[in-house]
Amino acid sequence: MSSQKKRDQLILHTALTAGRIMIENGSEVERVEDTMERIAHNAGAKTSQLFVMITGILMAINGEVGAQIEPVKRRTFDLEKISVVNDLSRQFADHKITLQQFASRLDQLDKSKKYFPFWLQLLAAAMVSGPLEVVFRHNLPDFWITCVVGALGWLVFYLLNKFIQIRFLSEFAAAATIGVLAIWSVHLGLGNSVDDIIIGSVMPLVPGVPITNSVRDILAGNLVSGPARGVEALVSAAAIGFGIAMVLQFL
Amino acid sequence: MTVTEFFIEATGNYVATIAFGILLNIPRRALNFAGWIGVLGYFVYKFLVIWGGGYVIGNMAGALVIGVASLQAARMKKMPMILFNIPALVPLVPGGQAYQMIKYFALGQNSTAFVFLIQVVMISGAIAFGFLLSELVNRVRRRVWRHRA
Repeated sequence: MSSQKKRDQLILHTALTAGRIMIENGSEVERVEDTMERIAHNAGAKTSQLFVMITGILMAINGEVGAQIEPVKRRTFDLEKISVVNDLSRQFADHKITLQQFASRLDQLDKSKKYFPFWLQLLAAAMVSGPLEVVFRHNLPDFWITCVVGALGWLVFYLLNKFIQIRFLSEFAAAATIGVLAIWSVHLGLGNSVDDIIIGSVMPLVPGVPITNSVRDILAGNLVSGPARGVEALVSAAAIGFGIAMVLQFL
Repeated sequence: MTVTEFFIEATGNYVATIAFGILLNIPRRALNFAGWIGVLGYFVYKFLVIWGGGYVIGNMAGALVIGVASLQAARMKKMPMILFNIPALVPLVPGGQAYQMIKYFALGQNSTAFVFLIQVVMISGAIAFGFLLSELVNRVRRRVWRHRA
């Protein structure tokens, strides 16, 4: 294999890995296209042809035979990885790192799992639920119980998502748990209003990333990926709704 | 709205936005900015509603301000814009209305449920339209900025 060919291979590998990491972790399509084009351009490719979708990426450089495909199999929300890819791409553009270093750092990033510690995430779920309940409903006495119910609901979501890995089912189960806990806590006299506790506690489960990305993708003209994200958000919302509705039937 | 309510809502929004950011694992140095943008967007919405602008205009203006402020923050911090606008959007989500809708559908009172359904659709549409407008403002600003440079 000639050195030029090896170099092209490395460019393709780097750009495709960067693109896959970004889509997997919840980036919008336009940013992925932009980043991949920049990588190819900064690495010295004369032209690049891209086809980015939410389930896979297709890329060729210099108009040669031998485009490559990178499927996107899983989707999570980890915005830090998008930010890191962005930083690396900027460093590469400023010639602070070589293409080889860029590629190996991307592979490292792909394997690493650097989330906030578990207790902090649990606390964060509580701190989404309680304050938003107060902001939406002005019901200060129910603040603490909403924090607790919200954190427990999110815990159910987190554990199920880890073991069965179907996001929609986890959301459904978490919403049902929240409903049961809210009714139960009012029954025990810990809270005053079932409605307010549920409204606050469901907030950590809101599909914020798909909603925002769907709007931005549609605006950018990605008429396949945008509606696909919209469906993701709608199914999530419906799962949460069914979970709550099922419990309310037995009220 | 009294002063106490104002401070309670501001604190609540700031904490909730940052906490949602933690759930999405956004980098630490973006958290503070995202929190302030969330507070800003919510108060634009809130004051427009208080001054008689209505829910739809309020949500649209809130989303517009969030979009423009996020791009500014993204430029200052040299980080992607979605780190700022996704958490900041959470306080605008029509959670209360969506819940009431589901509750009345579950209880079989469809005519009441439809009232809330229409509110949810209107508010979501307004937020989406606000984002669209912010994209417009951002593109115009980018043009002007490039001409000046």
